[in-house]
Amino acid sequence: MRHAALFLIVMAGTALPVSAADLRPPPGASSCSGCHGDGAAMAVIDGRPEAEIAAAMAEYRSGTRPASVMTRIAKGFSDEESRAIAVYLANRKAQ
Amino acid sequence: MTNPTRRHFLAAGTAALAFPRPSLAQSSPKVVVIGGGFGGATAARALHVGGLDVTLVEANPTYVSCPHSNEVIAGLQPMTAQRFGYDGLARAGIPVVHASAIGINPAGRRVTLAGGDTLPYDRLILSPGIELRFDAIPGYDEAAAELMPHAWKAGTQTELLKRQLDAMPEGGTVVLSVPGNPYRCPPGPYERASLIAHVLKTRKKRAKLIVLDAKDTFSKQKLFQSAWAALYPDQLEYVPLASGGQISAVEPGTMTVRTDFSDYKADVACIIPPQRAGRIAATAGVADRSGWCPIDPVTFESKLVPGIHVIGDAAIAGAMPKSAFSANAQAKVCAQAVIDLLAGRAPQEPKLINTCYSLVAPGYGISVAGVYHPANGVLADIEGAGGTSPLDAPASLREQEALYAADWYRTITQQVFG
Ligand SMILES: Cc1cc2nc3c(=O)[nH]c(=O)nc-3n(C[C@H](O)[C@H](O)[C@H](O)COP(=O)(O)OP(=O)(O)OC[C@H]3O[C@@H](n4cnc5c(N)ncnc54)[C@H](O)[C@@H]3O)c2cc1C
Ligand code: HEC
Repeated sequence: MRHAALFLIVMAGTALPVSAADLRPPPGASSCSGCHGDGAAMAVIDGRPEAEIAAAMAEYRSGTRPASVMTRIAKGFSDEESRAIAVYLANRKAQ
Repeated sequence: MTNPTRRHFLAAGTAALAFPRPSLAQSSPKVVVIGGGFGGATAARALHVGGLDVTLVEANPTYVSCPHSNEVIAGLQPMTAQRFGYDGLARAGIPVVHASAIGINPAGRRVTLAGGDTLPYDRLILSPGIELRFDAIPGYDEAAAELMPHAWKAGTQTELLKRQLDAMPEGGTVVLSVPGNPYRCPPGPYERASLIAHVLKTRKKRAKLIVLDAKDTFSKQKLFQSAWAALYPDQLEYVPLASGGQISAVEPGTMTVRTDFSDYKADVACIIPPQRAGRIAATAGVADRSGWCPIDPVTFESKLVPGIHVIGDAAIAGAMPKSAFSANAQAKVCAQAVIDLLAGRAPQEPKLINTCYSLVAPGYGISVAGVYHPANGVLADIEGAGGTSPLDAPASLREQEALYAADWYRTITQQVFG
């Protein structure tokens, strides 16, 4: 179900008049905005290209990209979970 | 006109009530959120964005935030940086009722406010924070806290501790007592110890800080202790439980802090007492004998009373610490679960993140992070994820984390109250 919903969003590209329930954040995604908010030094990630977010998460997880905290956070997510988060965030409007 | 609840609705809230959003007015289920702190205000926003009819009940017109209040005590940040009004929520169209919730009828699904008004709900979210236990340490009651501040709820207590520190003579003694687990903000007492030691080092010659701890291990311990050894060897003495750190009584009249082994005479005494969930949790019947609230790790619904969800400090959230970061993350997950449940859809298994930054000195930040998921009925750490900043790190990383700490505070308060 989740994948079907995400698929629809991806297909439509941008904001759809879908209800909030259909745009359910995948596991973990709603925690990212605790740090990544508007205009913060911790970069805004809403609306960033999906591939960019997913690649960053993969590199943080493997440790190939240096970080103060993201390495510790990315290790809590599988590749599939990070991708789902990337799709979700990419489709949110940057604030 | 004479209805006190109506009178206390903020302007935008009144407008929202008078002109409910047309598509939702008839059909939308009602959610009441009690407590407008990091948890409750976040939940109210998420529910509102999700299209639900939500009312936020908050006792105080101004929220005074605890995160970064240790910096206020040390004179590194003004108190104004801790105060937030509710205009931002009202502007977003969320009705905010400024009243104390004093009763909950789970069978009739109604909240009673001080003054007698009642609010109906389909689902209720409680984020009432903590109540300090003034029955736990002999001699430490509310009157004693006026002489020996806890400053564990930010506000006049924060300002009192700052004034006392500022006024303390050179060569004075500060005693800081730390409770056993669980309590609000596990690394908070050690951040406070660090920043008080910074004040002594820079402004109070020959003064000493004695930290009396009711436990032997604590959050970010290695990082704190190695920083203390490097920065504050002449200021800070740490006394763990095993060395007699548990306090047995206080005597505010003589400014004495007692353990089973010694009496400590203090010029300034900061006593952080044990805590329990905010009082309304017990009133609602959602607190267990520990004083905290057992919850389902997927929906945050109380394990004791159906229809009531508990988030933030008040909840027993397994491995998640009681922090503003956790309260914010839990609020978003809980709000989504409430939206799902009211739509008759199964909530999905969540994952949540927590990160707590602490300042050991100006420009010297450290952090602990965790990622959590439901396992065996509780929120458990995901193995291999999370952990603390490295023990061996260049000054540049500590500086970067101090900047990120300030950044996080700006982001989260803007998101919740802005
Ligand atoms: C010194 C210190 C430093 C800290 N530093 C950090 C940090 O750096 N990072 C971090 O993440 N966390 C930090 N914390 C922890 C953080 O403050 C708490 O975890 C957080 O406030 C919990 O949010 P909450 O929503 O559960 O409760 P609160 O923020 O306490 O909000 C509860 C609200 O409910 C209201 N309320 C209660 N009962 C009722 C009622 N019956 N009717 C109406 N309203 C009611 C209260 O007025 C209050 O506004 C720190 C805490 C301290 C003490
Ligand atoms: C505790 C705060 C915090 C949380 C929570 C957090 N991040 Fe980060 N993020 C950072 C910081 C800080 C950086 C910069 C790298 C570093 O030092 O860790 C960063 C960097 C990033 C970057 C790279 C941005 C760039 O421009 O290079 C991405 C992508 C990212 N985070 C995604 C996420 C996702 C997805 C989540 C949620 C699963 C998340 N972050 C949660 C703090 C956070």
